[in-house]
This record gives sequence, C-alpha cells and structure tokens, in this order.
Amino acid sequence: MNVTTYLQLPFAQHALIAATVIALISGLIGPFVASRDMAFAVHGAAELAFPSAAAGLLIAGDAVNGALIGSLVVATAIGLLGERQSERNTAIGVILAFGLGLGVLLLSYYHGFAAEATNILFGNILGVSTHDIEVLCGIAVLVVAVLAVLYRPLLFASIDPDVAAARGVRNRLVGLVFVYLLALTVTAAAQIVGTLLVLSLAITPAAAARRLSANPLKVTGLSVLFALVAADGGLLLSLQYDTIKASVFITFISFTLYLGARCAGVAGARGRPAGTARRPAGLPPSPSGCPR
Amino acid sequence: MAPHPVLTLHAATLELGERRLWSELELSVEHGEFLAVLGPNGAGKTSFLKVLLGLLPLTSGAVRIEGISPRRGSSLVGYVPQQRGFDAELGARGRDLVALGVDGHRLGRPWPSRETRRRVTAAIDAVGAAGYADAPIGRLSGGEQQRLRIAQALIGDPGLLLCDEPLLSLDLNHQQAVLDLIDDRRRGHGTAVLMVTHEINPVLPLVDRILYLASGRWAIGTPDEVMTSACLSDLYGTEIDVLRVRQRIVVIGAAA
Repeated sequence: MNVTTYLQLPFAQHALIAATVIALISGLIGPFVASRDMAFAVHGAAELAFPSAAAGLLIAGDAVNGALIGSLVVATAIGLLGERQSERNTAIGVILAFGLGLGVLLLSYYHGFAAEATNILFGNILGVSTHDIEVLCGIAVLVVAVLAVLYRPLLFASIDPDVAAARGVRNRLVGLVFVYLLALTVTAAAQIVGTLLVLSLAITPAAAARRLSANPLKVTGLSVLFALVAADGGLLLSLQYDTIKASVFITFISFTLYLGARCAGVAGARGRPAGTARRPAGLPPSPSGCPR
Repeated sequence: MAPHPVLTLHAATLELGERRLWSELELSVEHGEFLAVLGPNGAGKTSFLKVLLGLLPLTSGAVRIEGISPRRGSSLVGYVPQQRGFDAELGARGRDLVALGVDGHRLGRPWPSRETRRRVTAAIDAVGAAGYADAPIGRLSGGEQQRLRIAQALIGDPGLLLCDEPLLSLDLNHQQAVLDLIDDRRRGHGTAVLMVTHEINPVLPLVDRILYLASGRWAIGTPDEVMTSACLSDLYGTEIDVLRVRQRIVVIGAAA
C-alpha cells in the first residue's frame, strides 16, 4: 500500500483533516507563544492532558472530553498562579508535577483498557474518529475567531506591555484568554501528535518564522505555513513509509524548516547593515557634554 | 494658547500600602510647559505618572487632565515608558510598535487600515526614523528605539506627554536628539511635557519648572528656586549641598 491507496480510506482522510486543522491553530498561536515566552506553558499544558484524559476516562469513560475540560482547569490554574511572568514557569512546574502524579493515581483505579489515556502521551493520528474531527473543528473555529478579534491587543500586550496598559489594554485579561486558547489548542493537538511532540507544531514553526521576518502578520502566515507543511507532510510520508510514525516525520520536518530558516536568517542579516547606533547627522555637540 | 491648564492636581495624596509617597500636592501645568520630575528612587515619581495614566487612583485629592479625571487609554496623554531594550527576536518592527499606538487597544481585524498606515508613516517621518522603521525593533540601538517610542506616544496628538526616564542608557548625542524631538513638539504643538528623570543636567536648558519629590514631601518651582541647598535640605530634612559648576548642577548628599 502507498499513500494514494491509503488516502481512499476514511481513517487516512480523517487523519489528514485533523493534521491540517491542528497545524492551522498551532501555527496561529505559535508566534504569541514565542513573544510571550510561553514554551514551557505549551509543554505543561500538553503533558497535563494526560491526567485530564485519565480523569475523563475514570469519571465518564471519555478521555478526549476529559482532556479538553481538564485543559480549561489547567489554563485557569496557570493564569491564577502564574500571574507575573517571572513566576509563571515555576507555577507551571508545580502544577505539572502534581498533575502528572494525579494522572498516575487515577489510571491505577481504572481497570479498563487504558490505551485511550496513554494515546495522549504519544498521539494516534490514525485513530481519529468523525466525532474527534467535529470537536477539533469546533475548537479551531473558536481559536481562529477569538484570535482574529483579539489580535492587536494581544500583540500589544505581548511586545509592549507597559504602553499597552497605559493605552487601556487589559493585559491580565488578554493574557488569561490567550492561556485558554493555548491550552485548548495544545490539548487538541496532543491527541494527534502526542503530548511529547506538541512543541514541534506550536513552537518550532513560529521560531522558524521569526527568523525570516519581523512583520507580525507575515510571521503568523509563515508559522501557519510551516506547521501545515510539517503536519500534512509528516502524515503523508508516514502513509508512504508505514513503519515510521507520523509524529516522527512531523518533528523532523519542522526541525528541518527551523534549521533552514536559521541559515536563511543569518544570510539575510549579513546582507543588511546592522542596526547599530548611528549618530544623527548634523547634530551639534551636546551643550551639556563634558570634553574628553 | 488655550487659557486653561493641561494638568491640575489639588490636595493630591498618594499612599502605597503603609507608605505615603507624597501628600497635599498642588500643581498646575500649562500648554507647552516642560516640567521635570526629580527625586530619589522610591519617591513616587513613576507612581505619579501612573496616576496621570489612570492606572493608579489617588488616595485623596483631585487630578484633572484637560478638565477630566485620568482614565486608562485616554488619548489626551502620550506615554514614553522607561527605556528597556526590546528582545532581539521580538518579531516586530518599529512600524508595528508605532501602529499599536494608534489602534493596538482596539479589538478587530489584525491588519491596520489605510488611514492608520498613512498616519504611522507620517509619525515615523516626523521623528526621522524612516530609515530603520522596517527593521526588527530588537536590533535597533537604544536611541533609535526611543525615537520610535516618541513617534508612538505622539501619534494620537496628545496634549500632555509623559516620559519616564527617556534618556536612560543613551549616550549624550542620542540624549540630545531625543530632547530636541520632544522640545520641537512642545514648541510646535503646545504639548505639555512631564519628564521623570534622574539626571537634571541634560534637560536643564529646556525645563520650565521642576517638581522634586523626596521623603514624602515635594517642592515645585523653577530650577533656580528648587535646585538650591536651602530648598533640598528642607525637603530631605538633612544637609544637602547644591553646587553650580558652569552650566551644570551637582547635588551632594542626596541619593539623586
């Protein structure tokens, strides 16, 4: 079997849709994750999808919805405990350690087939159901809609928080909304690429994009493009070479794109005069300056 | 020139927790006036700006900007924050920073309107930053970043410009260039300037009056009135010597 015959089958079609939707929203949030320095929040939210899934499995027999509801709890905890940027990573570490312990405990009470919870650790892109796709599309519509409306205040609060606050941006509220978007996106992505590899879609494409442009809208566009290439490309390659998992190809492609962008960025920076201090022309000597 | 003052404070007192930063402050700033706010660390200079930005309420007393109470996001006020370098890989250009000064607080579509883009270009040209407005802002020098900050603060055409240590970590040439920009603006547009600074000497030729905050107290007046041994000794409650060395003022015995 090769990729074209696989794509006749529903499971492969579902996987392609899921990969595309996840790449889109991961690529969208990526630049903000980078400018808000929240890579660890992505990692924490992704890993905490595991205890949430275990809880969902135990309480309602539904790992996916458990993970999504859990992500909102996690986002609230990160938002409340890690209000200041300097203490946020510590707060996430604290929540993460406790959450994972809780997940192991919950799983020990569950006597059914636990693959649904462990799936979330490594991802199972080939086991996506129609229901999963509906949930995923619902999340994607929400994330895209909120980001489209919130884009400017979020950008302002991310790159220039002091002036943003003075201009009337509610930095804390905007930040909290973003943590919710991040947790939902990451949890949805975790089910497909696995919690351990979410970073390759939510961070690496944006990191590559930031090497190539400083225009925020272009960075966002490139980030989405790179995430799509990695996710869809990785899936199609795994269908072609079916001994290797899709998540492996996804991480490899996104890392390759990042390396390429770094090289291109270095070449680009050499071609441009460095932004060093230039003395304004025609400036008289400072009247208050002491002669040296 | 408009007859009413841009900024008035009456019996204004600010306490943070248990600490009283300043009390019963009386101040009136006219259009086009340049007021320097001096004082040691922790005297409440930055908090003073926060009150004017509507980010911090007075404990008691009244403050009015163009006749109304300060509120967050008011377009009557422009703000140049403490000079703090941008991350080299920030993913934004100077042009984006200035544009956020126009509509960054508003919800809506991500890209700027044609009108916003036109205003941004005009504001960048006005501060002479056109040559580097499209470079990543984190790669610019402190002086270049500060020019763009001034363009961002002035793009809403505010009646009052608040600057928090805008000269920090700039060399003398760039200090002078930034001051010239600010001075041109207040002369051309009647914008009142209120500048928090550690260092009186660079701004001395431009300053109309000084507000000096120290030890929970304050003094207001021209540099010749405030920067005297008698005035500062009284303010600090300890012996302070103010020396004039050519055009410069040297304060001995105070933290700043």
